[in-house]
Amino acid sequence: MTRDHTLVAADLTLGYGDRTVVDGLDLAVPPGAVTAIVGANACGKSTLLRSMSRLLAPKGGQVLLDGKQVHRIPAKELARTLGLLPQSPIAPEGITVSDLVGRGRHPHQSLFARWNAADDAAVAAALEATETVALADRPVDELSGGQRQRVWIAMALAQQTELLLLDEPTTFLDVSHQIDVLDLLTDLNRTRGTTIVMVLHDLNLAARYADHLVALADGRVHAAGTPAEVLTEDVVRAVFGLENRIIADPTSGKPLMLPLGRHHVAGAVPSLAGDVAGLPPQGAGAATVLTVAGAVPDGALPSER
Amino acid sequence: MTLLDRARASTTDAVQHGRAARARRRRTVIVVLALLIAVMAAVSLMAGRTFYPPADVIGVILGQDVPGASFTVGRLRLPRTALAVLAGLSFGLGGVAFQTMLRNPLASPDIIGISSGASAAAAFAIVTLSLGATEVSVFAIVVGLAVALLIYLLSYRSGVAGTRLILIGIGVAAMLDSVTAYVLSQAAQWDLQEAMRWLTGSLNGTSWPQVLPVLVAVAVLSPVLLGQGRNLAVSQLGDDTASALGVRVDRTRLIVIVAAVGLIAFATAAAGPIAFVAFLSGPIAARLVGPGGSLLVPAALVGALLVVVADFVGQFAFGTRYPVGVVTGVLGAPYLVYLIIRSNRSGGSL
Repeated sequence: MTRDHTLVAADLTLGYGDRTVVDGLDLAVPPGAVTAIVGANACGKSTLLRSMSRLLAPKGGQVLLDGKQVHRIPAKELARTLGLLPQSPIAPEGITVSDLVGRGRHPHQSLFARWNAADDAAVAAALEATETVALADRPVDELSGGQRQRVWIAMALAQQTELLLLDEPTTFLDVSHQIDVLDLLTDLNRTRGTTIVMVLHDLNLAARYADHLVALADGRVHAAGTPAEVLTEDVVRAVFGLENRIIADPTSGKPLMLPLGRHHVAGAVPSLAGDVAGLPPQGAGAATVLTVAGAVPDGALPSER
Repeated sequence: MTLLDRARASTTDAVQHGRAARARRRRTVIVVLALLIAVMAAVSLMAGRTFYPPADVIGVILGQDVPGASFTVGRLRLPRTALAVLAGLSFGLGGVAFQTMLRNPLASPDIIGISSGASAAAAFAIVTLSLGATEVSVFAIVVGLAVALLIYLLSYRSGVAGTRLILIGIGVAAMLDSVTAYVLSQAAQWDLQEAMRWLTGSLNGTSWPQVLPVLVAVAVLSPVLLGQGRNLAVSQLGDDTASALGVRVDRTRLIVIVAAVGLIAFATAAAGPIAFVAFLSGPIAARLVGPGGSLLVPAALVGALLVVVADFVGQFAFGTRYPVGVVTGVLGAPYLVYLIIRSNRSGGSL
């Protein structure tokens, strides 16, 4: 699988009606990497993602996939290269998991060339990657939130695109399921080279899982780069209007943001931002994580899976 | 072959078998429904005040001159049965297309006012304007489309929400039904039997000129609708997901609305709004076919079977002859109540 698909937003202006949400934004998605987009509510994250997958026509500027405007690429052709998982997809009543995942094959089928063995294999691979094989014949509406999200990701995987955009894939999930989903996406990136772009709310998870972090503010890119470059006290203050300290995450070496509200803050917290910047951008291995996991209180690790 | 490959292969087999089993079940349902329609149509051609053996019926269909049967079967029963099948196909297909597109069993054209619009237009065209069958059909389809557009625009607020569309549609349906009632109240006394057609739907006195427009509509519009089957299935995942999967959502929606409204309007112009057939066919087909697979063909066949059986029952099961819409209405109303109670219990949207 190639890693050289480029996705670029150039001087992009987006909005709904008279309201401008994104204003003259420039962004280049690094091929073959995991990119996370963060920003305050209503800063245009989802709007940007929708436009990059051509759900929203730009008011100005353009989105270029491999140098071609996405709005000029035929719908099915685009859908074979670039997939999108929206924030709240709808599962029709009574649909089974394998049927839902099978709908991800739509862009690979035409009126004359219908379902074939490659489609079955793609569905099977997607079910296995997301560990939803056992759920294949269950109706989607009977599943838990975490299972359902995995099924939706399986549908996006069955689409077999080399670029995958996800709008807040971890919303409504408890912490262990959030980690499941992010690990799954990382696997996908590492084994298949899939380029991943996701909007995330949790800054610390974004910093840990992204190779490339983009902070949006007021419809523009405020900062973009490695997590260590982007997740700084100044950026968090500017983007979220929040006093904070950045320390080095002892489990990953990535920056960790500690919010400073008006309450429950005991004295000055030493800032370790300088140390973080010096760390290599690629995170620590799994072994490091395991040794530290013992220090986490039991209650923080939900046993349900 | 590594262990992982073997696991992958067995999952592929399972996926394949599951899909093949679902496809088999759907095929069986389609074949059985088609056979039942053929049998019921044959029975309704043979049976009646006078019984004609199969040989006579076949003779008439082949254009031979069979004394007695040529008139009774050829002129009375054959057009009636043909319209029953064609109208049933139209209502079933148009209904399930709307229900699928709007992801709601209540969103069928006979609940949200499209049938009522076509019905009011047809009643007005016949009673007040005295138009012929083809003009009536055209008038009915134009008004049906206009009503669909009106409901769509009234319920549009940054996208169309199913529930809002349904509630507005029910209101529009009530207004249009009162228009029909007003037109009929102005009609001559001796038209009253004929007038029943526009209130509940009836096949009484069907003649070939009424059947022809419906035949053409089914021949032209159902392939169009069936061609959108898979786009429609993917559209059910929501506009954003469907677009991301390469479906041109607005185009699909436009084609489906025009084709489905066309089918409903032509059938309504000929047979009246045969109550609840559009509404019932989809859910019955869904029960028969099970999850997965397109419902368009099974629902069309269920619609045809419903109308043929209901018309036969209405004619011969009771002392008096009831219009077909009375029978389907008796079947459909309890289901409507059940759906509303169920959606009320789950506390969800309609």
